[in-house]
Amino acid sequence: MSEPLRGVIVSHAAIAQALVSAVTVITGIDGALVPISNEGCDNDALGERLRQAVGERPAVLFVDLPGGSCLTNSIRYAKQHADIAVVTGVNLAMLLDFVFNRGIPPAEAARRAVEAGAKAIRVTAA
Amino acid sequence: MSIALFRIDDRLIHGQVVVGWGQPLDCTFIVLVDDEVRESDWEQDLYRMGVPPHIEIIFASVKEAAERLPGWEADARIGILLVPDIDTAVALVAKTDRVKRLNVGGIHHRAGRTERLRFVYLTDDERAKLRQLAAGGVDVTAQDVPTARAIPLGEFA
Repeated sequence: MSEPLRGVIVSHAAIAQALVSAVTVITGIDGALVPISNEGCDNDALGERLRQAVGERPAVLFVDLPGGSCLTNSIRYAKQHADIAVVTGVNLAMLLDFVFNRGIPPAEAARRAVEAGAKAIRVTAA
Repeated sequence: MSIALFRIDDRLIHGQVVVGWGQPLDCTFIVLVDDEVRESDWEQDLYRMGVPPHIEIIFASVKEAAERLPGWEADARIGILLVPDIDTAVALVAKTDRVKRLNVGGIHHRAGRTERLRFVYLTDDERAKLRQLAAGGVDVTAQDVPTARAIPLGEFA
């Protein structure tokens, strides 16, 4: 793969921007992730934000919830473009793994991200 | 009354509807009235993904919605009816006199619209159509979530 994958975080309010900031602070990697908020968007406007963020590059879309306008518009975008994978339930752990593993196809990166994100969810001792 | 909310929302099924309204209303069915979505299997699949399994989604054209509205109102369950825009609301009201109140829940910015509320942007034509609905006896208010105040039409259009 000639160009590393781009990750696009699609969220309600300012979650996406906050996650991008956290990843940059922790890893020092800048530019691997692009934040999109659905704030003030109807479906057409959110689709346009996705188009501007992704362009024609392969990408993984990280969505906050497994439903709602962020997800429906991400899936709509993925259906219309090649090499786009969609992951729901974005968390910081999956993004930290993703930014270090972007030389693989989108579907594989998405599966890997889901595994990394799921491993971070646990009940710890009090 | 089993249709507890008639709502205009250009995002259709999303968090504010399913969680914000759906939980306090104890809603167990959503009627999505949109002629285009009614004809698209994959768009319907997309919207089904956004609701928990205990909520049924019914996809209807405007014509079907007008015909089936008495049945939904007689349903023992509590439901929400959604339309994507003012034109669809006008078309529905033209076919049935059972829509007595209308919640403007989300009409977002696009070219030609001006901001009336944080979550309501309207063209002059859309404002006129909302006023026409009100003149016809429909109680039109704007309210994005149940905890907010229901804003009377006169304050935003």
